[in-house]
Amino acid sequence: MLEIKNLHAEIENEGREILRGLDLVVKSGEVHAIMGPNGAGKSTLSHVLAGKPGYRVTDGAAMLDGVDILDMDPSLRAANGVFLAFQYPVEIPGVANMTFLKAALNAQRKARGQDEISTPDFMRLVRTEAGKLKITQDMLKRPVNVGFSGGEKKRNEILQMAILQPKLCILDETDSGLDIDALKVVSDGVNALRAPNRSFIVITHYQRLLDHIRPDVVHVLSKGRIVKTGGPELALELEAKGYADYASEEAA
Amino acid sequence: MAAVKETVDQVRAIDVDQYKYGFETDIESERARKGLGEDVIRFISAKKNEPEWMLEWRLDAYKRWLTMEEPTWARVHYPQIDFQDIYYYAAPKSTPGPKSLDEVDPELLKTYEKLGIPLREQAVLAGVEGAKVAVDAVFDSVSVVTTFREELSKHGIIFCSISEAMREHPDLVKKYLGSVVPVTDNYYATLNSAVFSDGSFVYIPEGVRCPMELSTYFRINEKKTGQFERTLIIAEKGSYVSYLEGCTAPQRDENQLHAAVVELVAMEDAEIKYSTVQNWYPGDKDGKGGIYNFVTKRGDCRGDRSKISWTQVETGSAITWKYPSCILRGDDSKGEFYSIAVSNGRQQVDSGTKMIHLGKRTSSRIISKGISAGHSQNTYRGQVKVNRKADGARSFTNCDSLLIGHDCGAHTVPYLESGNPRAKVEHEATTSKISDDQLFYCISRGLDPEEAVALIVNGFVRDVLQQLPMEFAVEAQKLIGVSLEGSVG
Ligand SMILES: Nc1ncnc2c1ncn2[C@@H]1O[C@H](COP(=O)(O)OP(=O)(O)OP(=O)(O)O)[C@@H](O)[C@H]1O
Ligand SMILES: [Mg+2]
Repeated sequence: MLEIKNLHAEIENEGREILRGLDLVVKSGEVHAIMGPNGAGKSTLSHVLAGKPGYRVTDGAAMLDGVDILDMDPSLRAANGVFLAFQYPVEIPGVANMTFLKAALNAQRKARGQDEISTPDFMRLVRTEAGKLKITQDMLKRPVNVGFSGGEKKRNEILQMAILQPKLCILDETDSGLDIDALKVVSDGVNALRAPNRSFIVITHYQRLLDHIRPDVVHVLSKGRIVKTGGPELALELEAKGYADYASEEAA
Repeated sequence: MAAVKETVDQVRAIDVDQYKYGFETDIESERARKGLGEDVIRFISAKKNEPEWMLEWRLDAYKRWLTMEEPTWARVHYPQIDFQDIYYYAAPKSTPGPKSLDEVDPELLKTYEKLGIPLREQAVLAGVEGAKVAVDAVFDSVSVVTTFREELSKHGIIFCSISEAMREHPDLVKKYLGSVVPVTDNYYATLNSAVFSDGSFVYIPEGVRCPMELSTYFRINEKKTGQFERTLIIAEKGSYVSYLEGCTAPQRDENQLHAAVVELVAMEDAEIKYSTVQNWYPGDKDGKGGIYNFVTKRGDCRGDRSKISWTQVETGSAITWKYPSCILRGDDSKGEFYSIAVSNGRQQVDSGTKMIHLGKRTSSRIISKGISAGHSQNTYRGQVKVNRKADGARSFTNCDSLLIGHDCGAHTVPYLESGNPRAKVEHEATTSKISDDQLFYCISRGLDPEEAVALIVNGFVRDVLQQLPMEFAVEAQKLIGVSLEGSVG
């Protein structure tokens, strides 16, 4: 379970506050959607939770199963089950996708005091999960995200998620850049990972993703705070009316 | 024991002639006197029981060297070397080593551990007294070496120290030594010719494909080769050999100046593959105490359709000055240069290659990957020269630099000289940085920052790593990671 309390965070170099007392509780097994206007701080929230440098947390806490992850090194957060599917996945030339997956999995296992996964077990795992996401052998051998189409990159993020089996999955606009078929594949992949001991934060602008991944709770994030929380119907309402009611981005 | 007898004979023989040579140095002493002079060269030659012609050769080199000037064109800076303040010959094991691993620098041991070197080998590498014997006993490496040598001699292959070759195969040595890198080639090569301590000699007879990788490792029971190493490899018509030099374990040496010479000769249809991992001590955080490595390596594709490839992984030394080159003399001969040069801390690397196209339809391929971190400076310097008569010559260069951090430098200095309008010479160069986003992407998946850098860098150098023999590649990959430690905040 994730409990975020009064989270304040600013851009390190500018001292501009982006998250301004954000509260959010995501119980285990639940899927929460976060929507909100451009520049509201959605990606910032995901970055702060994952530990990306460049932000300074000035107040508040984010407890994952009772432990404040904000004090941890980002790699340790990963080992403790935090996973961020990036809005813009990064290319790593020369590093085979497969090599990357194995390095990541083993690094996490090591941090948790587990043995390295055996190569046959790993191969089996990758083959199964890649199959579900329609990721070809060729994509597994190619360098991480290099030359991948927008949709392929997003599917690759979900593959990593499936292999790493995190406790908290944060999906930042995973639906952007996906065609209709890919949207279905990715959503099926996410739904397959839904489990009682896993929580999801799904950041999106569009109802169409939420048609596939049914959220338990929908939040509106505006100006660095959760300003409204509701059920799946809230997303439909936003789709119809926009964010006018929730005072959009302030002029900076 | 043969070796003991040899030494006794040697000492006796010299004793008689001592006056003639005007020795002032005690021949029984383990070291030549400090500094350089004819007497020191005579001392070295005598110590090694060399034939007269060899001594003359050395003395000629020395006279030449006295008239030469230290080159200054490389992008490296170091305090003036006082060549009279150096010992040019020290018998192996003349300085006492640590008594046990407990006395060895813990930092060094940590590195060994990261490289996955077994404890017993760690002791040998760290120079713990008596460790070598223990390892021999455990691994029975003497018999491994013997079996190895027997297997080679079945094929008529000669693989021994160059001192031994001088005594056992003087005609071959006389014919080829200095035929690729002339005595007068350059300041350091000339110095090496005068004072070289030891090195390897390889001879592959016509039509023989050497059945195993030849590694300096198999010469560990020979004497320590010291600071002025000399290597000569000859591949006769239609033969093949792959030679591995160096090891990934950090090597320390009380001698700061190293100037090796390597000469390769490939006859018709012969192929020589020469792989190096260089990990000499780079010095402390301020660059103090690191090795100066001034190396001359050159291959001569003497026969038609011959091929020489150099693959190097350079991670050590305070200063590296090194340009493994190919003279493409035979028609249709091929030269290759694959290089990974990693610099960190205060290291300075000026390395690259020279490809000299003389024969028709000769081709060369240069893939260079430079990685600079810390406050280091990393220069690729490459020359491609096409002779007027080299019709149909082709050359391709790809030179990539990767920067880690903000205080390091990468430089590319290509020299293209084409005397033949029909030659095809291509050059590509890129410079990139490891982006913060790439780093964070890896870290967010569970890798710690150092693992992340190592992974990204290994991706960057993949094309070159693939050129190394499998086991070497795996070790080199680890080594690159270790060399870049501390390069990210
Ligand atoms: N590294 C940074 N440097 C400067 N400003 C930043 C940085 N990261 C975020 N910001 C600013 O913080 C604000 C919130 O950005 P964020 O990316 O979190 O918005 P978002 O809600 O994800 O928007 P979108 O829906 O467009 O993806 C924006 O004004 C953005 O420009
Ligand atoms: Mg965003």
